[in-house]
Amino acid sequence: MAADLYSAKVRESRAYLSLLLTPLQWVIDVPSRFAGEVSDIVVDRSLLVKENAKLKSEALLLERKVQQNDALWLENNRLRELLKGSHRVDEEVQLVELIGVNPDPFQHQVIINRGSENNVVLGQPILDAGGVMGQVTEISYYTSRVMLITDARHALPVEINRNGFRTIAIGKGELDELELDHVPDTADIQENDLVITSGLGGRFPRGYPVAIVSEVIRDPGQQFARVRIKPTALLDKSRHLLLVNMPEIPVVPADAQLENEVTASEEKQ
Amino acid sequence: MNSGAPAPSGGGGLIILATFLVGLMLSQIPLPYYLEWARPEWVAMILIYWVMALPHRVGMGVAFFLGLFLDVIKGSVLGLNALSLTIIAFLTLLLHQRLRMFPVVQQALMVMVLVGINQLLFHWMQAFTGYTGDNLIFLLPCLISAVLWPWLFVVLRGIRRLFRIK
Repeated sequence: MAADLYSAKVRESRAYLSLLLTPLQWVIDVPSRFAGEVSDIVVDRSLLVKENAKLKSEALLLERKVQQNDALWLENNRLRELLKGSHRVDEEVQLVELIGVNPDPFQHQVIINRGSENNVVLGQPILDAGGVMGQVTEISYYTSRVMLITDARHALPVEINRNGFRTIAIGKGELDELELDHVPDTADIQENDLVITSGLGGRFPRGYPVAIVSEVIRDPGQQFARVRIKPTALLDKSRHLLLVNMPEIPVVPADAQLENEVTASEEKQ
Repeated sequence: MNSGAPAPSGGGGLIILATFLVGLMLSQIPLPYYLEWARPEWVAMILIYWVMALPHRVGMGVAFFLGLFLDVIKGSVLGLNALSLTIIAFLTLLLHQRLRMFPVVQQALMVMVLVGINQLLFHWMQAFTGYTGDNLIFLLPCLISAVLWPWLFVVLRGIRRLFRIK
């Protein structure tokens, strides 16, 4: 156990072990996949037509937004040039699929169908259509494990979209709630404020929606205000996720870095 | 695992392996969030049955490897489940002659205690490595396991008799 906690070699053998288990995970995923296919086959024609119309109108709306967005993006870049600031780089994404969830209710983790063979990197952020879902914490050959932002050990640097107030969103181990950490009583946070990633940790790209503020409790007896926020991503429902390829190399976790340094110094000796 | 190797006696190693595989699958089937806490400990239950029925074939070594796989599935530190399942196997080995004499209901009670010990050990060690849970709801699986034990017992005994595994 100690070996697993403190060494990278064991992590490799763990990757091999989970490679052995990968077929099991696929088999478990088969029924829901099959159910999805069956419902695709037996679906009503009028329903399809209706859905098609709805999607078309939705696409139109989104296209309009994109057009506007493009113009804004260019304008933003021009302004940044004027200010001699750096360009914002667009992130690339790849579509991944969820194939399993962690059976341990204490840990909010999901398993996705890409691994080191698909160039998944430790710490890569995962999004769904609603917003940020989590980050990759463990990689096997064909699958990897994603820690959700609601996991009790997860913290995410965020800011309030309305005024740019920076804070940190802490997971609580509950699927539909996070909390903002150390928010002063006087901070300008209101209900229904959108919380977005601030990109400060260097791991998540800036500006993706994370949550909506659901409740602000200002208790004069407490040092800080309690701010409860509700994630915008459908953490327990989404099946198709986006894996963001960050333009920079993601930050290596502290212990791995330490290990690299240790091995490097050992090699020197 | 000994079940993959040429069987020393009685045959049916593959069948035992298959039941364990089914157990591993059942223990990672996605459940709705509120049922997640009530997931029975399939692998521990199947292990208890085989150790009780065939103590000369399924023992602590099998338990250890099963635990390693369970660790990978649960994403816990490698060796947590391995240790707790090994202890369960050891206790069952000590008790197996008495367990065989018990009526099924009494067996179910013993299973509840054993699975409860498994859960306690597992969560105690989880707490060492930084996972915290603040209530006793993690003990719910041992109740559910005890409730399901009679059915599992009948099914596994049926399998054992059908394939004449000794």
